[in-house]
Amino acid sequence: MNWNLFLTELVAGISHGSVYALIALGYSMVYGILKLLNFAHGDVYMVGSFIGFGIIGVFGGATNLSVSVWVLLFLMLLGAMLGGGLLGVMIERFAYRRLRNAPRIAPLITALGVSFFLENAAQLVLGAQYQSYNSFSWKSPIALDHFTLPAHAVISYAEVIIIVGTIVLVVGLTLFVQRTQLGKAMRATSFDREAAAMMGIDVDNVIVATFFIGSALAGAAGVLNGIEYQQVWPYMGFTAGLYAFIAAVVGGIGNLPGAVLGGLTIGLAQAFSIGYISSTFSDAVVFAILIAVMIVRPSGLLGRAAVQKV
Amino acid sequence: MATDPTDPNAPRVGVDEWVASHEQRRVRRTGLLGVVERELERVPSPAFYLAFGVAAAILPALTSNGYVIKVGLDTLLYMLLALGLNITVGYAGLLDLGYVAFYGFAAYGYAMLASPKFGLHWATVGVIPLVVLATVILGFLVALPSRRLVGDYLAIVTLFFGELFATVYQNGEHMSLLGFTKAKDVTGGPNGIPNIDQFHVFGARIGTLNYTAYYYVALIFFMVLLLAMYLVDRSRTGRAWKSLREDPLAAELMGIPVNRLKLVAFACGAGIAGLAGTVFAAANTAVFASEFDFTSGLLIIVYAMLILGGAGSLGGVILGALVVNVSLEVLRTPGHATWVFYVLIAGTLVARVRPWRWLALVIAGTAGFGFVVHAIVSAAWPRGVHGQAPVGGVLGSGLGHWVILPSNPMTIGNVAFVFLVLAVLALTLLRGWAQRLAMIPTLYLAAFVWENRLAVEPSVTRLILVGVILIVLMNARPQGLLGTSRVEIV
Repeated sequence: MNWNLFLTELVAGISHGSVYALIALGYSMVYGILKLLNFAHGDVYMVGSFIGFGIIGVFGGATNLSVSVWVLLFLMLLGAMLGGGLLGVMIERFAYRRLRNAPRIAPLITALGVSFFLENAAQLVLGAQYQSYNSFSWKSPIALDHFTLPAHAVISYAEVIIIVGTIVLVVGLTLFVQRTQLGKAMRATSFDREAAAMMGIDVDNVIVATFFIGSALAGAAGVLNGIEYQQVWPYMGFTAGLYAFIAAVVGGIGNLPGAVLGGLTIGLAQAFSIGYISSTFSDAVVFAILIAVMIVRPSGLLGRAAVQKV
Repeated sequence: MATDPTDPNAPRVGVDEWVASHEQRRVRRTGLLGVVERELERVPSPAFYLAFGVAAAILPALTSNGYVIKVGLDTLLYMLLALGLNITVGYAGLLDLGYVAFYGFAAYGYAMLASPKFGLHWATVGVIPLVVLATVILGFLVALPSRRLVGDYLAIVTLFFGELFATVYQNGEHMSLLGFTKAKDVTGGPNGIPNIDQFHVFGARIGTLNYTAYYYVALIFFMVLLLAMYLVDRSRTGRAWKSLREDPLAAELMGIPVNRLKLVAFACGAGIAGLAGTVFAAANTAVFASEFDFTSGLLIIVYAMLILGGAGSLGGVILGALVVNVSLEVLRTPGHATWVFYVLIAGTLVARVRPWRWLALVIAGTAGFGFVVHAIVSAAWPRGVHGQAPVGGVLGSGLGHWVILPSNPMTIGNVAFVFLVLAVLALTLLRGWAQRLAMIPTLYLAAFVWENRLAVEPSVTRLILVGVILIVLMNARPQGLLGTSRVEIV
């Protein structure tokens, strides 16, 4: 067996899957509370990525950074998370809030409209061309270089940063949802919005917080993805958002560990099908997984089957 | 209390009393407008469809302008697409986001069977039914695993299916069956399939790029399908679809075969898209996969048409496609677009700002604000007014003295665009006089952004506007222009 290819694809799959997982978490959180597929979520990821790109520019560009890489990384993540979070809150306030009790199809189509607006507005303001993080030319104090595992598998530090960053964020989110008062309110609202409101939970606040946190995670994912895969462009959110979506559905939408599991599943499936079959068919493999999960376990790998109450 | 069935005022069996009397409680306009509205409502809708058909049929006789005919053909193709989508989304309420893939599948299907690509030049009368049938089967196959899913899951599966289609066709120049067969060029990859045969029936052949002929072909297809849809709308199946849309659970309990109806709705929608696809391929003589992916905006545009007209309404399909496609075409020329922009803004103000004193104040205030800003900028920063308005004539020279037109508007225009979005959003939060006053700088900012950024990049602006239409429409009038609003019974 070719261990080199296997290890390379394994790490690539996990790092790609981590990015999907971070985006999928936001989808899942919002879906859990509002039962809304927020199509614009992928575009929040795109905006986060561009914020990171802008911050590199502020500190002198990739080739002659005026700060250390660690500081830069921290600022990029902070900026992208704040910016993404605020964008998410604005989208909720201005596009979705009035439609909370509308027929299901209305917010879905609005979400498509928001997504399309963000993509094209980004194209107008930022240009249609690809931009690059150039993170491989960052020099001080560490270079985001490659190192070699046994069997000559080349792994980049960026992949390690993605994986570690995702673990930190996911652990933080889990602690937040499980241990804090707001997290408890979120779980209650997602369980039954009306009952939560009757128990004195300010549902509006909870929804805003959910959008902020979910979108902040997407913003962070945008930066992490940029470090490894370099390129940012206005339409990047659509494809990534779509995969993240599928990840959320495969793992069980509305279920946070499920989103992470789904993200890793999709990332690995994609990486291995690119490595062992062909890149043309990686989409088909992902589609096959989605269809298979929908048929065998319609509520997702970790989701609980919903009982419809009338 | 027993009701007398012959009494015309008695509630009909199976009809909720409140819903049944909903016509009488409607607030009607008074005066001349009200009379016109009432008279129009008495005209049966087929008369409108017929009027549209006649008007569309004589259009090529009125103009020899090839561009107008081409736009007309595009609009008819959009109408066909919207008509098909109307079945899936409008009647059955299934959110099909992979709809454009069926269109593309059929366009490619026609291209493969009738072009030098594989040396096949099959007769049109055979290819069209075959391709439509194949598209219907594809629709079945896509719907099959998803029919048990709730609306949202269906949306994801179909959206991904649409992207999968585009990716596979985009990369189909070295296609092999999972590595088992030798790689073969199937779809031409990014180069698409060129030199597609024209329609030819029993020796008669449509000339290459003869858009007038295709215009009539599309018109005939559309009118026939429109009639069919009008009949379906009132048939058992049509009513069953609509009940499915309103409440799938209740429909199922009433004994309606929900799964089968979903499949049929999906397949019918796909079939109509397939028909449109064959005309598209033959009329344009070439197909490219990139025309059918999400970034092309085709999906969103068709949805915007359907939603604008009102999902579930046949007249809405015609109106929506006309309004959206004609406005998108007008936006291509900055000169025309600028006129439309200002007329639209003025119209919105007249319609929304009441009483008229406030309207006068806002308009006068905006004009005055503009001249003051222009004067200050031209004194402090002369290069800020050196640019050229994208429109000539009276409007252009007037604007030149009112809007700031920097000689290099890229950066400042982009920043202003972001601020404009924020300002419009903030405007929706304000109430009363604060809102009216805030309108003045916002309107000026809108004009500034329009002149400096939006009007000069029509291709992006069109798509931005489609997104905005969807958001605003869904928030303001979810049932669309001609749709009937749902009566919620709890």
